[in-house]
Parts: sequence; structure tokens; C-alpha cells
Amino acid sequence: MFGLKSKKDPENSGDGAQPGFFNRLRQKLKQSTSWLTHDLANLLPGGKINAAVLEELETRLITADVGVETTERILSGLRKQVERRELGDLDALLRALRSSLLDILKPCARPLNVRAGPRPFAILVVGVNGAGKTTTIGKLAHRFKAEGLKIMLAAGDTFRAAAVEQLAVWGERNQVPVIMQAAGTDPAAVIFDGMQSSRARDMDVLLADTAGRLHTQLNLMEELKKVKRVMGRVDPSAPHEVLLVLDAGQGQNALQQAKLFNEALGVSGIVLTKLDGTAKGGIVLAIADRLRLPIRFVGIGEGAEDFAVFDAEAFIDDLLATGKQAA
Amino acid sequence: MFDQLSGRLRGVLDALQGRGRLTEENIGDTLRQVRMALLEADVALPVVKTFIDGVRARVVGQEIEKSLTPGQALVRTIHEELVALMGEGSRSINLRAQPPVVILLAGLQGAGKTTTAGKLAKWLKEKERKKVLLASTDVYRPAAILQLERLAGQIEVGFYPSDPSKSPVTLAHEALDEARRSLYDVLIVDTAGRLHVDSDMMQEVRDISAAVNPLETLFIVDSMAGQDAVNAARAFGEALTLTGVILTKADGDARGGAALSVRQVTGKPILFIGTGEKSAALEVFQAERVAGRILGMGDVLSLVEDVTRQVDREQAERLAAKLKKGKDFDLNDLHDQLGQVEKMGGLAALVDKLPTKLLGKAGTVPKPDDKEIKRQLAIIRSMTPQERRHPKVIDGSRRRRIALGSGLQVADVNRLLKNFLQMQKMMKSMTKGGGMARMMRAMAGKLPPGLGG
Repeated sequence: MFGLKSKKDPENSGDGAQPGFFNRLRQKLKQSTSWLTHDLANLLPGGKINAAVLEELETRLITADVGVETTERILSGLRKQVERRELGDLDALLRALRSSLLDILKPCARPLNVRAGPRPFAILVVGVNGAGKTTTIGKLAHRFKAEGLKIMLAAGDTFRAAAVEQLAVWGERNQVPVIMQAAGTDPAAVIFDGMQSSRARDMDVLLADTAGRLHTQLNLMEELKKVKRVMGRVDPSAPHEVLLVLDAGQGQNALQQAKLFNEALGVSGIVLTKLDGTAKGGIVLAIADRLRLPIRFVGIGEGAEDFAVFDAEAFIDDLLATGKQAA
Repeated sequence: MFDQLSGRLRGVLDALQGRGRLTEENIGDTLRQVRMALLEADVALPVVKTFIDGVRARVVGQEIEKSLTPGQALVRTIHEELVALMGEGSRSINLRAQPPVVILLAGLQGAGKTTTAGKLAKWLKEKERKKVLLASTDVYRPAAILQLERLAGQIEVGFYPSDPSKSPVTLAHEALDEARRSLYDVLIVDTAGRLHVDSDMMQEVRDISAAVNPLETLFIVDSMAGQDAVNAARAFGEALTLTGVILTKADGDARGGAALSVRQVTGKPILFIGTGEKSAALEVFQAERVAGRILGMGDVLSLVEDVTRQVDREQAERLAAKLKKGKDFDLNDLHDQLGQVEKMGGLAALVDKLPTKLLGKAGTVPKPDDKEIKRQLAIIRSMTPQERRHPKVIDGSRRRRIALGSGLQVADVNRLLKNFLQMQKMMKSMTKGGGMARMMRAMAGKLPPGLGG
């Protein structure tokens, strides 16, 4: 309908054909068994742990947006282990680092299982402006549809110019129905409509879009609370998932976003978008550590299939790999 | 997060108070804290390192103004450095060329390019009275062109209807032709969001730029961006001849450290900041404001500013010299002191600005009453010069006259004189007991409470 082009050749972007971000990453990592050692070899004559190595690790964590506090805490744990001579060489140090990061993230790597929930499974998608909510909905729709589920979208972003049309394009691409009303309509009304329609039409999943909003805008956060209440009027257990979309390029403020969206709505899952660039999204470590919110998916490109279930180990491997940031 | 950071920096100040002067060691600790503060604000690590090194070089051996504590002096230097960095080459948008002047906007996905294009068009239309044409070259994101069309309709500026089946470069050419044909003053070219590591897309934006030859090429960056902003800015800066930066979404609670990173890496000034949902929410960049926010210590800085701007240091030194010579603290001196407190916005304003540690001490002080200061000033102003210099001459009849003159009761005059005598005694004991510095310090702490009673 809008005659849009895709940047990627659609021939090559089928689900099976593309190895996927994490698979690609794994392949890359497999090339050297001890990639980090290799990476840090020039720092380490003889594989001994010294201040320069610890500083390098600190640099990597900080440039990955892990944040000063979390970084310091992780490193002080490592330093203690080094002092107690529990870590003999670099490999042991890196294993210890990796496992302390995994301790934080692994419990949060909980995939979303829509089949286990009630039908229609209502997902409310929220986040700040430009996080990638609409694109995430398009990708989720694509994924669920491929799994054989019946999907409906509700265009709850009635504020931003052409946001409804943007979602409509994703609906068309995935050939799923989109519930929409005119711009400026109360988003709660549109999503209420979506709740009823998805029920009447026996859908498996309803994906409700909302307008981007900064977590500090109290009136707009109230608006979201109302949307949530209204969803509960159709189905008292809805929404079954409140999905917070976070841009991996965001810095420390993402923790504040997660905190305030969680306080307002009770976030039940996180999607980390735009991980295909050089941004590492390390702030999810702080979010995982403090809020213990499940991390569901990662967005790794613009195509509908550039989307994967969050994998803590692959995420950490990528996070620790050399940043491109030059000193 | 803001409170947390402010708290941390207050800690820095407290730690430095009373150490006399800055040494390599004590600034080492402090600078480490400042480094952490900047990192928490999302300033990129390499930029933080360069910045801290610069500050260290500047403050070591620097003479500290007597009216400031070492901590305050250091913070002020850091702030000045930040403002200088952020504000360097500060300028307004350049429209000095033969119309149509072309403005190209580029940045990552979700930075806010299209929204900014609309805001900028509105600003140029209303503030600069320009005839503006908006054109999109974003043929990728669903409904991106339509979004710009809607915005153009809302703010009533021209819109070039881009055909999404054409290439972005062709569309840019066409839009420029249209701007020339229809005699627009300004053409704003919006581009698709792109990752800086996507070489095809970076080549494309280079081609778009070549097609329209923009006078301004603005990099749009999210003020919530993290460490990676520096990589994106560098890549965009290498691909395009950037001329400026626009910082978006600055109305939230992000500290906006990315602004400093981007400023440093591109070397280009920040022209505007986006501050809200509405099309009118675009403000001309002010280095002071953004720098203060990155550092996150506006309260301390405004106190430093007030102290240095408004306290007459010579006056204070005159008083100190006088007391040292063994002369009495008289009512003229009290008048000067009260006047200073009043100039700084009264006691309440002063107390608000003090660091937590000092506040703790001030907690025992009765709630400052600014009217009381005004009354006391009125009483002193109703005295003759002789009475002010020699308060002992003030007898009952003079007290009645002074009360009438100041519009107050005799009891008020009595209370002032009683307080004054106590203070005079205190001053005397201090000049005897210790050095100048100790006395000045005690005065700073004790004067307001003594007066308030």
C-alpha cells in the first residue's frame, strides 16, 4: 500500500537462510577457542593478571554501558578473588568474570511463552520515543505467525503523526488484521476495541502498540495505566505481558526507564532493540540486577526476521568482545 | 538518579572542605569521583579521560579564591571547563547563502530526525520568517514519508511528496528542484535512520548530501544515548561534513552526557535541543544549562556563583583586618553582613543551596526569617553614625527614637542590641583565640543563627 522497499534482499532473508545474529556471533567466536585471551594477549606477557588487565576489563564493561556501579561491583569481586590467589591466570579471570555476569543475567533469560497463557494472549508494548516499539511489534507478529498463531494488532499510538499507518504497513506485510481508529483517539479506546475484536475473532495473540513517551511525563504514564485498566475490563487477567522496549544504544537512563515503567505498569518482559550496531546494551545488566525483569527478545536488524530470543551467554560474549571505541 | 548523583558530588565537596588547598593527592580522589559522575551521565570513557586530564592540569597549582572552599573552587573549574567545551564555537543556525538553503538531517534510528525536521521547520518559519519546504528521503521505514507530510500539514509549511519507489538520491534532487522552482528559502531534507556500521547506507547518505549540497548538515542524537554515541558520531562525522548537532528528548531525566561526547568527537556545536512532544518544543542550545545537567550539581554551582558574584570580598577583608587590629565589631559591620545575606536572596535561599553536611549543622538553627533581616536592617539604618560605631551610647530615649524611625517596637530594638552584644563578645574571643582563617570560618557558620534569634 505504501510501496516500501526493504533494504535487504527478500530472497535471502528467509528464516532458515539467515544464520541469525547470535549464530553468526557464535561462529565468529568459535574460530578461536579462547577469543578473549587472544584479544587481550598483547596486554599479558605470560598470562599473568595485572592492573592493566583489570583496567582493560573495566573499560570494556563501561564502554558497553554496564554502568559505573555495576562495573565496580563486578570488578571488586574479581579483585578479591585475585588477591586470594583463586585466579591463577587470565583464562581463570575471564571465566570468573563471565560467570559473575551470567549469574546476573541467566535468571532473567526467560523466554515468553504465549501458548502457556490465556487466549487471546494480550501483549501491551511500551517504551520511550524511538525505542523501536512498532518495529518490534512487526517482528513479533512475523514470529508468532510463523509459529502458526493467529495474531491481531491494535494501533494504540494515536499521537505521533502516521504511527497508525506505520503499524498498518506491518500488518499488511504479515497479513494480520490491525485494529485502528483515527489519529487523536483515546489509545485506551483503540486497545479496548482490539481486546474485544481479538476475542470475537478467536485470536491467539493481541499486540497493542502505544505512543512513545518519556517515563518522566506523568500524565502520559497515567494514560498508560488507564490503557492497562481498560484491558483488564475485557479480560481481568490482561494484559498478560507488559513488554518494555529498550534501545541498546541508550545509556544509564535506561535503568530509570525500566524502573518507572515498571512502577507504573508492572513490566513483565524486556525487548532489547538495535543490537546490530556497535552498542552493547550493557545497561540490561543493571536492570537485571536490580529489577530482575525477564529479558525476552533482542532486535538485531530492520528485517522482520532480525529478531531472536534473548540468550544470556551469547549476549555476554558480545558484550565483552573488543569495543570499537578508540581511546 | 539525579539525587543520587547530587549526593555523590556533595560528598566530594564535603571531603574537600577544610583541607586548605588542592594537592595532587586530594584532587586525585575527587577527580575519580567526578570521573564516575561523568560516566554515570553517559559521557564516553575516552572523552571522560581526556577531560579529567585537562582539568587536572588546570587545577594543580591554581590559586583558590578565599571566599570559596577548595571543593567549590574545583567544581567551579570543572564546570567552567565543561561550559567552555560545550559552548565552543556556539552559533545559531546558518542561513546566509543564496536560497534555497539546504539543511540535511542524519542520525541513528529512533534519534528523532523526523520529529526534529518538523520542529526545525516551525522554528524557521516563526522565528526567522522563512518559507520552508520539508522533504523525506526515507523510503525504508513504513509511513516515514507520511509522518513528515502530516507534520508539514500541522505546522503549515511546504512538503515535497516523495515517491517511495524512487531512490533517496533522486528524491533529494527532485526536492531541491522543487525548492528552487517554488522559491523556498529553506529546504530541510530528512533521511532514514541508519546504523553507522551499515556501509551501504552510509554511502547513500553521502550521495544524498552530494546531491543537495547542504549548508547545514546536522547530526541528530538522543540525549539518552550511551557510550556508543561516540562511535556513531565519529562514523557520521567521517561520512559527512557535519556542521552541527541537535540533541533530542532532553525533557526527560537523562543527564545527557552523550552531548559532550558528540560535541568532542565531531568538534561541531550543538545548535538546538528538543524538549518535548509538541512541534514548538525546540530550544536554542545553552551550554551552561546542558553542562550543569551533565555534572548534576546545579545547586552547588549556583551557590558558588552567588558567593563570588555578590559577596563583597573586600568588605569581608576590611572587617577581618579591623578585628585583627583589636577593634570592636560594630553595628556598621553587622549592617554590612546582613546586607550581604539579603543580597543572596535571604537566608532561606542560602540554606537551600548549602551542601548536606553544612545543612546538618544548620538543622539546629531556628527557621530563617527573611523579614527579620529586613527589620534588623531597618533598625540599624535608623541609627546615627555615632550610634552605629559606639552602640553603648544608645540609651532609652535613643531606643524610642530608633523604634519610631524603623516603624518597630522598642522591644525589637532591645533584642537586636542584645544579640549584637553577644556577637561582639564572640568575635572578640575568637580574635584572641585563633587565627584569621578560623575566625572567618566561624563567622560564616555562626552569623546567621546569631542574627536570627
